Amino acid sequence: MSALGELSKMKRRTGPKSAAEKRDDRRDNKAAYIFLLPWLVGLLFITVGPMLASLYLSFTDYNLLQSPNWIGLDNFARMLRDTRLHNSLGVTFTYVLVGVPIQLAIALLIAMVLDRGIRGLPFYRSVFYLPSLLGGSVAIAILWKQMFGTTGLVNQLLAMVGIHGPGWISDPKTALGSIILLHVWTFGAPMIIFLAGLRQIPVMYYEAADVDGASRWQKFRNITIPLLSPIIFFNLVLQIIGSFQSFTQAFIVSGGSGGPSDSTMFFTLYLYQKGFGQFDMGYASAMAWVLLIIIGAFTAVNFIASKFWVFYDD
Amino acid sequence: MTTNLQTLPGSSENVEAPGTPKKHRTPRESRGTLSFSRRARTKALGKHAVLIITGAVMIYPLLWMLVSAMRPNDLIFKDPGLWLSHLDMSNYKNGWSALTHPFGHYLLNSAIVVLGSIVGNLVSCSMAAYAFARLKFTASKLFFGIMLLTIMLPFHVVIVPQYVMFSQIGWVNTFWPLIVPKLLATDAFFVFLMVQFIRGIPKDLDEAARIDGAGHPRIFLRVILPLMVPALATTTIFTFIWTWNDFFGALIYLTDPDMFTVPVALRAFVDSQAGTSWGSLFAMSIVSLAPVFLVFLFGQRYLIKGIATTGIK
Repeated sequence: MSALGELSKMKRRTGPKSAAEKRDDRRDNKAAYIFLLPWLVGLLFITVGPMLASLYLSFTDYNLLQSPNWIGLDNFARMLRDTRLHNSLGVTFTYVLVGVPIQLAIALLIAMVLDRGIRGLPFYRSVFYLPSLLGGSVAIAILWKQMFGTTGLVNQLLAMVGIHGPGWISDPKTALGSIILLHVWTFGAPMIIFLAGLRQIPVMYYEAADVDGASRWQKFRNITIPLLSPIIFFNLVLQIIGSFQSFTQAFIVSGGSGGPSDSTMFFTLYLYQKGFGQFDMGYASAMAWVLLIIIGAFTAVNFIASKFWVFYDD
Repeated sequence: MTTNLQTLPGSSENVEAPGTPKKHRTPRESRGTLSFSRRARTKALGKHAVLIITGAVMIYPLLWMLVSAMRPNDLIFKDPGLWLSHLDMSNYKNGWSALTHPFGHYLLNSAIVVLGSIVGNLVSCSMAAYAFARLKFTASKLFFGIMLLTIMLPFHVVIVPQYVMFSQIGWVNTFWPLIVPKLLATDAFFVFLMVQFIRGIPKDLDEAARIDGAGHPRIFLRVILPLMVPALATTTIFTFIWTWNDFFGALIYLTDPDMFTVPVALRAFVDSQAGTSWGSLFAMSIVSLAPVFLVFLFGQRYLIKGIATTGIK
């Protein structure tokens, strides 16, 4: 189903070729590379080339005006001392580690409520999915900025029940929470992936469990979770990779500053400020590589951990 | 267990299935005792209650923004309700002309970028997908693996050198940096989506065309492309929404107000009005969301199939 599935399958497929496969080994290299030409050019000039260039720049003091000077590991040493950067890592980790599990839990919960042939499924699904499409836009970030302002919608509603709410986005204690809530609001996309996964679980398992008198929790714990685990894993990896790169919401809500007191200074926002605000591009490149390594490490840990809890049927 | 979820034309029931009988229900209904069906009904009622409350909480802010945009400015900070006592369209009028250019200018800019991106993705991704799905070539597995990896690559790690490169050829404040990468199939999710789709098309069709003397360009154009229209539609719709919403790219490459796309125009609007005209800000936000909403309304089938099969959002 997924790119992740494909990647893990690729390892397994390699084996000695059968005679039939060898006979069928006519290659159409010329045609293939013509069809691949745009992609190959893109890979070279848009992806791999710039990637290597940014690795090189991360060891320089490049500032867009003067040619880069090699400064070795200075940028990385600077990062170790940069307390604003440490803070931005903390903000991003909090966002990912709080936002993603809550979002996925709600997505799974609603998908399970929707799964059992409920009436009006297409309508509900549309309602829950719509925010996923809009959530990344500047317009919704603007709405959030108003809603969680001192006299915004949330506080107006709270005032109706006699609660005097704080200025959610102007208080460093709650600003990040408001942005996490925006992430949770977009649970519709993983919900649809869960729904497709739930459809694949054979009904007979539940019927057999019913016969054995299993409780709802037992069925969830022993049938749904194991059989859905590849999908949970897939959603988890995907959402973590995506959330580490979140930018727009924090940028708009904080007016580009990452404030109040750096409480919404995402790693990506700090990277933008360094690279495109101060044109400290060597440092920004080093930060980008740190981000790549962090995302890569999280994904690797996820894959390793998956051996212990993800159940493959095939 | 999930590998059979292909984007085949016929497999939409997999996800959609509004008309198919729900297997889960059959054992319960077949028992048919009165007390049981009553319990089932209470349970269903409870589920609907959960869904309606959750849905209402999620959609309320959107409806409130829609209503607030038609209210006098001061009410936005006083009235959390949805009741509109009288219609006031001045926010739309003021918002439309609040920036250097009328808002239509930014809509047009966005439309150009979106159109270029769609054409780029359709052409380049379908070509690459045909090669990956149907042709045998040296290092095909290696390239396919690389293609899959690039889906997960964070764009920050390429953005600095890309910016340097594009600024050196004088492309800052043009739409080229936003469109050209799409012409080069860098949105690898779509390549993957199309590969999955082409794999579901029977190879006999290619073989028949080959026996009739067709070469690869002809098989691609005459056999495969017409059959992969659903995948092309999914690609078109997702490209539209993502490009329309794209903020980071536009923020970096488009600094001249003449070239602003809608997201950066809105951002300039937020910065310039400093909390004085939320009404017109809301109005223009709604204008900016309207195309996405329309695409959602008419292209839902493809959107839902698209994410269910490849997990893209």
